[in-house]
Formats: sequence, structure tokens, C-alpha cells
Amino acid sequence: MSWIGDNTGLIWDQLREHLYLAILPVIFGLIISIPLGYIATRYSWLSNPLIAFGGVLYSLPSIALFIVIPAILGTKVLSTVNIIVALTIYTVSLLIRNVIDGLRSVPPDVRQSAIAVGYGSLHRVVAVDLPIAVPVIFAGLRVVTVANISMVSVGAVIGIGGLGELFTLGFQKDFLTPVVVGVVLSLLLALCADLIIVTLQRVLTPWARVASPVGEVA
Amino acid sequence: MIEFEDVTKRYPDGTVAVDKLSLRIPSNQITVLVGPSGCGKTTSLRMINRTIERTSGTISIDGEDISGKDAVTLRRGIGYVIQNAGLFPHKTVVDNVATVPKLLGWDKRKAHDTAMELLERVGLDLKLAQRYPAQLSGGQQQRVGVARALAADPAIMLMDEPFSAVDPIVRHQLQEELLRLQRDIGKTIVFVTHDIDEAIKLGDNVAVLQVGGKLAQFSPPAELLANPVDDFVRGFVGQDRGYRALTFVHPDELRVHPLPAELALQDGVPVGWRNGSQELLPLGSVFKRGDSLRAALDAVLTSPTGCGVCVDDNGKAIGVIDQTTVAEALRS
Repeated sequence: MSWIGDNTGLIWDQLREHLYLAILPVIFGLIISIPLGYIATRYSWLSNPLIAFGGVLYSLPSIALFIVIPAILGTKVLSTVNIIVALTIYTVSLLIRNVIDGLRSVPPDVRQSAIAVGYGSLHRVVAVDLPIAVPVIFAGLRVVTVANISMVSVGAVIGIGGLGELFTLGFQKDFLTPVVVGVVLSLLLALCADLIIVTLQRVLTPWARVASPVGEVA
Repeated sequence: MIEFEDVTKRYPDGTVAVDKLSLRIPSNQITVLVGPSGCGKTTSLRMINRTIERTSGTISIDGEDISGKDAVTLRRGIGYVIQNAGLFPHKTVVDNVATVPKLLGWDKRKAHDTAMELLERVGLDLKLAQRYPAQLSGGQQQRVGVARALAADPAIMLMDEPFSAVDPIVRHQLQEELLRLQRDIGKTIVFVTHDIDEAIKLGDNVAVLQVGGKLAQFSPPAELLANPVDDFVRGFVGQDRGYRALTFVHPDELRVHPLPAELALQDGVPVGWRNGSQELLPLGSVFKRGDSLRAALDAVLTSPTGCGVCVDDNGKAIGVIDQTTVAEALRS
């Protein structure tokens, strides 16, 4: 216990780094996936190859990616950019499917009437298609956020891993406390992040929770 | 006036949905496009707001070729109602109706007030204004669809089988209300249906299309029933067109007989027929003075005694007619 008291500064720093390394890629990934998904629904022949490609990307081992990226980007091995890029790739590879499915979940008659009332195509995507796709996109966002939070720890192997570095510390010193602290905080982080996303989704989609009509009256 | 001139729609696979259609759709009236599936009626309708682009020919509105206009601007000036209403599920009822005014840049207050006014006009309980479409019945959604189409007061309203997904009773109500609404607003309405009865009931003019997008006949409904131009139209209009044509016969004065003693009344309103037992026989349908001969004949046919009851505007019985009365009216 005294170790925790002596190292609150370190734990706090690692927690902040962990959060930063996990969440930034989710935001970048979302920003990339949405236009990509939109293009894929517009040119429907693109969507299956894109989803398949996403699957392949996701199956790449994370350690390999953490090591290969500096070689490709020319970044330093110890740069946080490597982790952020790698996790952004994972995020996009997962989210792309949800964005495509979400945009496809817009009922055809809704899309048709959006065109007919006079939405321009970009305006329609922002004002009609994306809001309706929110529940499906957010389902992916939850998975990807939790996955990222657990994956950041792997970065500890190459020296930048947020709470993962507490694991390395504990293993090196054959000392359990930092490991337990790391595990507990990772779990708490994942739980909180999930809760925030669910809350955000509820705020964004009040319409998705409404009851069905009571009685058929014209 | 909306004018089609030699309009053809051919799809890339070679299918011709509409073939050299020429049509003049008069302003401020309801024109119904009717025909079997595959006759190109929906395609024709959707070429008017350019959600489908024609292959050749011209479509003009009040003499102006629509191909020269910006499609988005054109659409904002044309109301559009489709089968399942196509409401935006993520917007409240009132926001759905305010969509076009907002797209046109009206200020929020005005858009909202106009939307509320229209909801009232189409007969929707204003308590539903803040609900989402999923909380409404099919009939209510369709009313909202009509209100949304009318929100920016367009001169033209396109309706694509708007009432075909609701049950017959609600459909009947919605049809009656469309006619009532149209008496007030006098829009140029183009209405697509596959139901000839609906076409006859709603249309000032009916355009019958046949498979392959050819115009078979364009006439007022009475004329269509009386003089179908060919076998296709005759077949489509149906076997009982003679009976249906009675809808358009309004005998000035049917000679009614005094009320018989068997007719049970309650404060002057007919409630059934006495036949000696405790229970009354059902009344059958009644008709009003000035109703069509079809309504009068229906009253005779549905009455258990063969006597159709004529009522005044308050529902009070004023007399009865029998088969002979109808037959006499038919002869004159």
C-alpha cells in the first residue's frame, strides 16, 4: 500500500498517458471512418472489399505493428505517435464496418424523402443519414474504445504503454502491487469510458428509446 | 400546369419505364395516375421533382422547362408524400413538418409556428407534436407526411400511393380529408395509385397508364367509367363500372315515401327496423339528400326491408326509397 502512496505521481501520469493513447485514436479513427464509410455506401462495390481489408488489418499482431510503424513513418521508436497510428488503424478497421452498416440502416423511404424535400447530398448525410446511423456506429465505438484501452498496455513492450508500464515495473522488480494497480485502473478506465459513450449515445438519440404507438387511431 | 412532352425513361438495362408520355396536368386540381404495376406511374411522378431524371422529352411547370432548374431548389418548391410517409425517425413530429421551411432558411419561430398550424390543419392532435414518428400510428404518420409536404406552401404536391399501407377505414378517412383539404388549398396535386376506386374517388382527372409507360386514357372519372377508350381501360376499370358510375349521378330530387311504421326512430334518428320481436333488425346504410345514386342504391341494397332511409344533415330520417325509386331515377 505504501508503494501506492509513494508513487501517486507516477500512477497518475501513466493513467493520463493511457487515456490519451487510447482515446485519441478513437477520435481519429472515427474522423477517418465516416467519410470512408460514406464513400463505400455511395459506391457499393467498394464496401465489401473495404470491410474485408479492415478485417485483415485488425488481424495484424499489435506488437508487429508497433515495431513496423517507426520504420515506415520514420518516427523514433519511443515516440507516442507509433502507438496512436497503430491504434488508429485498428479503430478504422473495426469502425468502418459499423459506419457502413449504420448508413445502410437508413430506411430507403427515409432517404428518398430526404432527397425529395430538397436536402443537398452532403447536407443529407450530416442531417439525416448520420444521426440515424448513430446507434450502429456507437455500438462499434464501444467495442473499439475498450479494445484500445486494453491494447495500449501492449505498447509497454516497446517502452510506451501507459498503465502497461506498471506491469513491466512489477515484473522487473518481482513485485505485485504495481501490476494490481495497473490492472484495476485499466478496468476502471474501460468501464468509465464505456459509460461515457453510452451516456453520450442516449443524449444523441432520444428517438431510439421511444415506445411504439398505443392503439391504431388515425 | 405541368406538361409532359414525349417524355421517355429508359434504364441502362434497356427497360423502358415510360414511353413517349405526353400529358397536361391542370393546375389546382387532383390528377391521378393509375395503372397496374410496371406502368411507370411512380417513375412519371418522380420525374416531376427530378428524383428520377428522364431520358428524353421535356417536362415543364407553368411553361418553364424543369431541366434548366437546380434540382434541389426545384424539390423544395414541390411537396412530396410517399407510401410509408418516410418521416425522419430522429426528428420530432413538429420538426419533421418544419423541415422544408428550415431548409429554405425561414427563422425558427416562423417555421415552428407554421408547422404547428399545419398539424392542426391535417387533423393531428397537437399533443403529438413533440413525439417521434415511431410513436405514431400509420394513419397519424401519413397525416404528418401530408403536413410536411405542405409546410412551405408549394404550388404542387406529389403523392405516391400515400394511403395504400393503412387499413381501409383509416384510408377512407384520409381520402375524405384530402378532398376536404384540397377544397381549401387548391393545390396542383399529382396522385399515384394502383387502386382504380381511389383514382375515381379522388381525381378531377384520371390518367390510366398501361404496362410499358403508355398513356391509355386521360379523362375525368365519370367519363372514364362511361366511355373507356379500349379493352385495356375497360378491363382495368372493372366489371362493375356501371355501378361505380352511379357515384357521379346526382338525382336532383329522389321522390321519397313517408316513413313506414316499422322504422324505429330515436329522436328522429333511424336506429333499426321492427319485425315483431324484441330485437331490432339492423338499419343498413343511409343516404343524404343530394348524395349520389350509388349511395341511394346502396341504402336500398343493405336494408333488410328493401327500403333505403334518407336522412337530413342532422341524421334525422326524412323518408324512404325502394328499388322502384332508384330504377325511375336511372331511367330519367
